[in-house]
Amino acid sequence: MKTYLKFGFLIAVILGTLLWLAMGGISDTKTYYKSIAELNQLGDSAKDHRLRVGGDVADSIQHHGREVRFTLTQDKLVLPVVYSGIEPLPDTFKPGAQALADGKLGADGVFHATKIQAKCASKYEAKPIQQPAAGPRASL
Amino acid sequence: MENIGALSVLLAFCFAVYSILASVIGKLTKRPFLILSAERAVYSIWVLVTIAAGILIYSLMTGDYRMAYVAHYTNRAMPSIYKYTAWWGGQEGSLLFWNWLLASYGAVVVYRNQRKFREMMPWVVAVMMSTQVFFLTLIVFIESPFKVLTVGRRIVDVGDGQGLSALLQYWTMIIHPPMLYLGYVGFVVPFAFAVASLITKAPGEAWIHVTRRWTLVTWMFQTTGVLLGAGWAYSVLGWGGYWGWDPVENASLLPWITATAFLHSVMMQEKKGMMKVWNMVLVSATFFLCIFGTFLTRSGIVNSVHAFSQGPIGMYFVVFLSIGIAATVTLIVSRLDFLKSEASMESVLSRESSFLFNNLVLLASCFAILWGTLFPVISEKFTGEKISVDAPFFNRINIPIAMFLLLLTGVGPLIAWRKSSFDSLKRAFLWPTVAGVAVAAGLFGAGVRSFYALVSFALCSFVLVTVVMEFVKGANAIASKDKSSFISSMIELTHRNTRRYGGYLVHVGVVIMFIGFTGKAFDLQKTVEIEKGDVVSLGKYTLRLVDIQEGQNDNYRQQNLVVDVTKNGEHVGTLKPEKRLYLAKKEPASNVAIRRRLNEDLYINFAGLSDDGTKAVMQAYVFPLVSWIWIGYWVVLSGTIICLIPSKSRLIYPRMEIVGVAGKHAKV
Repeated sequence: MKTYLKFGFLIAVILGTLLWLAMGGISDTKTYYKSIAELNQLGDSAKDHRLRVGGDVADSIQHHGREVRFTLTQDKLVLPVVYSGIEPLPDTFKPGAQALADGKLGADGVFHATKIQAKCASKYEAKPIQQPAAGPRASL
Repeated sequence: MENIGALSVLLAFCFAVYSILASVIGKLTKRPFLILSAERAVYSIWVLVTIAAGILIYSLMTGDYRMAYVAHYTNRAMPSIYKYTAWWGGQEGSLLFWNWLLASYGAVVVYRNQRKFREMMPWVVAVMMSTQVFFLTLIVFIESPFKVLTVGRRIVDVGDGQGLSALLQYWTMIIHPPMLYLGYVGFVVPFAFAVASLITKAPGEAWIHVTRRWTLVTWMFQTTGVLLGAGWAYSVLGWGGYWGWDPVENASLLPWITATAFLHSVMMQEKKGMMKVWNMVLVSATFFLCIFGTFLTRSGIVNSVHAFSQGPIGMYFVVFLSIGIAATVTLIVSRLDFLKSEASMESVLSRESSFLFNNLVLLASCFAILWGTLFPVISEKFTGEKISVDAPFFNRINIPIAMFLLLLTGVGPLIAWRKSSFDSLKRAFLWPTVAGVAVAAGLFGAGVRSFYALVSFALCSFVLVTVVMEFVKGANAIASKDKSSFISSMIELTHRNTRRYGGYLVHVGVVIMFIGFTGKAFDLQKTVEIEKGDVVSLGKYTLRLVDIQEGQNDNYRQQNLVVDVTKNGEHVGTLKPEKRLYLAKKEPASNVAIRRRLNEDLYINFAGLSDDGTKAVMQAYVFPLVSWIWIGYWVVLSGTIICLIPSKSRLIYPRMEIVGVAGKHAKV
């Protein structure tokens, strides 16, 4: 019986540690998926969370050194985005592409992204009719 | 042509349904001819699916642009090899590829067991063919690769296609999917044998040996596939990483983890008759995770860079998985008495215990990765908000787990079965511990301050020393007895017990890979916007942009930088990172330039020209030790192959003669 207690104790310690690490990991890295419309309705609390916003990349993409400025659009809504991440922008990132931006919403209404994912628009034309316009939900 | 293809898969579907019914009815009503005909149906399915695959490949290679699949995934200008790999470049084709591999495995299993496992084979066939029916359903009724393009009722030939995704036109993508699929699909075999042994309550452990070998083979393919994927990400995606905890990467890793756990815990069953239920759970979990991985890749449920294909097949996977898992759980529960353990844990300091903890943390890691991957789906269900977790979450859990596993890699093989004394542990681990501490202290002295890097390097040296000591000890014993040279006694030693020493070699490979992973702690990186003639320095390197060149062929237009590299003032070469625009798909892709060396890689990505076209945006990185990952892989591969070679002296465990039901026991 003593052996089983020892095992139980060790297993509990290991799982407990991992659980603790996992909880910390989740609360530090969790990112909320929002559409641009939802973003506008969010109160100040949204400013603290990491967010992931989806939309179509508008035509003008401006490079300023390492900073990249562009606009995401969804239906008629627009969201100005500044990207200043370390990773290079994906090759698929270009006007008309669907993009997901991870980052935080600044007080000035500009979205400060630290990570960009993009999918080629051509992919979506050829896709079976399944989803309506862009938006994080549609780009699952 | 396409009609023959469609007909072939339809017929294959009918044969697969027949095969299930015939083998189950034949078994239950004891009609050998039905069982035999079920097995022959398996061969026929292989022939039919091969015909279908042949037709698809022929259409791809010859550019039959009437066919939707061909027009969607190839174009005239593509090199032939990529026309061929377009077979698995899209949804329908890759499902056909799945089916073909599954049918091939089925044929091999039936062929190899014509006289063996006669009790179990009908059930093995039934399980494999149920899987086959499911995957054939997908390509026969939902995602047919043999659709033609039509306007109204007229078939049209569009003349040229849209081309394969630019990211997939890279050499590792020629072999990465087949390897991964061989691994995924192959796991149906161990699973089928496990289920069959449960249904028939097969006595003895014979099926375990078969299963273990199959698992080892598929594990080898999975390992290869996962690492090829990592290598692809490293040299194509341009951000210099080989692992990003992307949902689909995770999906490929999950069954690998449970398979690894199974390969370890199965030894407990072989040698001590313990953990039988657990092994069943692991085999089943691995199989369902393989299917789940295909589901994640193919349905695009969690968004991912791999969402190359999306389609309406998600629901079918959910149904298949639910039925399969429910049936398996019911079966295991109903056979609990048959799976009773024959021994119990005796001490925390024992080989058994090291296996237990190995399995515990592997499964914890698996669960954490699964949880993290599905977090967006789960959170949406429960809170209504879609929340994702990022790479740091996965790293935070998996790095400590990896360190613990690394420790066990060194400790496990040396610790005694049943119970180990502190004295023997001290003898076995004195020098390895000294080596580990010395390395950590040395690195600390040299200015390394990253905690995990120190721990990792210390553990790597610890494990290396234990393994080397094992080899030297064994080889010395043989050398002094046989008066042979050290090298030949080393080979002799390995040959006598290939599983054990092959396993050690796999562990060495893993250690080498960890040395490579740990290099991540010392990355350097710099992003610059430069003009012709500009000079950038990064670490010991000086990079000078000499020229920006352009070129074009039928398939793509490209621009590349010409970068002169000097290291410590000495000219070491020229790198040409490239940016391509694939013309048919209008899709850009990078071709990173990497100077690979044992100590570090110099990695340059050409991110594009600035808006006015005069400046180039260039990302330069130094990645220490990355090559060790790929070297480690080759060591793992050789170790696995050694494990598969039969040992010179057959291992017979005394235990086997005394367990099981008397009289019925087949194994001696």
